[in-house]
Amino acid sequence: MSAVTAAEWIKARRDPSWIVKLFDWKPFLVIVCLLPAVGLLMTFLTYPLGLGIFLAFTDTTIGRRGVWVGLENFEYLLSDPIWRNAVFYSVFYTGIATIGKFGLGLWLALLLNQHMPFKSIIRAIILLPWIVPTVLSAIAFWWIYDPQFSIISYIFVEVLGWRSTNIDFIGTEWPARFSLIVANIWRGIPFVAISLLAGLQTISPSLYEAALLDGSTSWQRFRFITFPMLLPILAIVMTFSIIFTFTDFQLVYAITRGGPVNSTHLLATLAFQRGIAGGELGEGAAIAVSMIPFLVAATLFSYFALARRKWQQGESND
Amino acid sequence: MATVGIRDVRKRFGNFEVLHGVSVDIADGDFVVLVGPSGCGKSTLLRMLAGLENISAGEISIGGRVVNTVPPKDRDIAMVFQNYALYPHMTVFDNMAFSMKLAGAPRNVMEQEVGRAAKILGLETLLERFPRQLSGGQRQRVAMGRAIVRNPQVFLFDEPLSNLDAKLRVQMRSEIKELHQRLKVTTVYVTHDQIEAMTMADQIVVMNHGIIEQAGPPLALYDKPANIFVAGFIGSPAMNLVDGVVKGGVFRTPDGTPWPLPPGTNAAPGPVTYGIRPEHLRLDPEGMPALVQLVEPTGSETQVLFRLGETQFSGAFRERVTARPGDMLRVGPDPALVHLFDKATGQRI
Repeated sequence: MSAVTAAEWIKARRDPSWIVKLFDWKPFLVIVCLLPAVGLLMTFLTYPLGLGIFLAFTDTTIGRRGVWVGLENFEYLLSDPIWRNAVFYSVFYTGIATIGKFGLGLWLALLLNQHMPFKSIIRAIILLPWIVPTVLSAIAFWWIYDPQFSIISYIFVEVLGWRSTNIDFIGTEWPARFSLIVANIWRGIPFVAISLLAGLQTISPSLYEAALLDGSTSWQRFRFITFPMLLPILAIVMTFSIIFTFTDFQLVYAITRGGPVNSTHLLATLAFQRGIAGGELGEGAAIAVSMIPFLVAATLFSYFALARRKWQQGESND
Repeated sequence: MATVGIRDVRKRFGNFEVLHGVSVDIADGDFVVLVGPSGCGKSTLLRMLAGLENISAGEISIGGRVVNTVPPKDRDIAMVFQNYALYPHMTVFDNMAFSMKLAGAPRNVMEQEVGRAAKILGLETLLERFPRQLSGGQRQRVAMGRAIVRNPQVFLFDEPLSNLDAKLRVQMRSEIKELHQRLKVTTVYVTHDQIEAMTMADQIVVMNHGIIEQAGPPLALYDKPANIFVAGFIGSPAMNLVDGVVKGGVFRTPDGTPWPLPPGTNAAPGPVTYGIRPEHLRLDPEGMPALVQLVEPTGSETQVLFRLGETQFSGAFRERVTARPGDMLRVGPDPALVHLFDKATGQRI
């Protein structure tokens, strides 16, 4: 082998092999890269959703292949007081819980955005309710709301002596409804608080300093700077929160199973009750499908009413 | 419009003192530039003037009133921030009218005042735009507009030009100076750029490590720097500073090259630092022979880097220098413009 000096050496040009050429060919690459994602989505999302929607228009029960019945399931549901009650409670539950979660979550986020000692530990603690599996926290709440062993009743009756009887948390309609909402708020606050905290931290401190020099009070700084600048992220977090709350299942099913007397059924728990426990797959699917319009409406509202702001758009019309 | 008095002001963050007793008196209508390298405490001092930082010790007064405990909004000042701090969700009009809106001013007053400021700054056509839709220079103007609208006693500028490109910076520099000449409002301006300081200021305050090195009119600082730090900081290209000893009426570098002393100097024999600005070197057939290392023509002048013995120094000449690297040129300092500093204390002799 003869020695080659640096000046003489030239990088050899080789023709790429067919496999290299194939991977350089864009259509092939696009298909190869998309295939896993599309496959997973089709199998686990599109197929079950399509099947569910299809089932909603049949009278399938467990063990019997149903026939196409058109809108019969929905016509029946419209006249069903339990379904109508579930619709009412789903909307009520979502509405009150969202107000609670955002009120308290925003307040917590504002607190956490202040300088304070042990900030990161406190933030971690705040995330706890969200990290604990829902069913576990539901069981904890089930005990908290227990007619006999409730710790809240214990404190009011035995410790403070303010009441002579235990509190009836989940034995009657309205207390049960509100008890579940409280549990949902407790569980939902961390998500809201941490997301909004992330949003708050993107607001430049110099804006507050400028506002301070402009003569603002702390309420005015919140009203004119924090809140409008937080709105975009608020809209996104609220959309997610509404969807998660409206489709909630675990908390309600673990604590009350929709009782007493079906008063705390959400659409999701009712769909499960009728479809799986009751075996009426077609009817259960119809109840599940009946959630879709509400979810679409909530999403569109958040998206159009809150998300788009002119000031966020780019420097297009310079 | 008002005077500003800063008396023995100190600032501590925990146990760490960043300002060690600073005193400045600013006359009514003056344009004062605080200049120094980053970390020297100039921005902290400005923020203390604004009320954004509290005062650890000392006293700040605006218009004769001590404002140590007065909240920012009652100090009658307006500040332009380095990043402009424009409210991104408000139009230019709303940005400029924000302080009046908070104060509950009627719409027609806001329109009148914003219109006046917009006219001064040429922003009339941009009032409905959002900050994102503006260029850097326009945002800068809006930030100034927001300050003008408030009719403050004192304007504070915190490195307002550092986010602009070089050309725009020169343009905005003269706009700000012109604005000051028109409004005649007392202005405190912070920058790390000594050219900005020289071109804009009535008074320059040079700061370093939390103390004031020297304060005075720009040309006084240029002509008679009080110490080595100011000598090296003010002026571009920077002053040549050469260490050596004074002995027998001449200055000698460690390798023995003699440099002329200023006439009538009272420098005692001993170690000194010898300072000569590049523009005060002359091509002189009687001068010292120096080796040309680098020639940088800028058109209006030519900068040349020389080596003489062990010493490197630069010269700036109005005439065209045709020498090339490796050539010998005879150069000499103008003795009357030589600065001598005590080597131990750094103070001017």
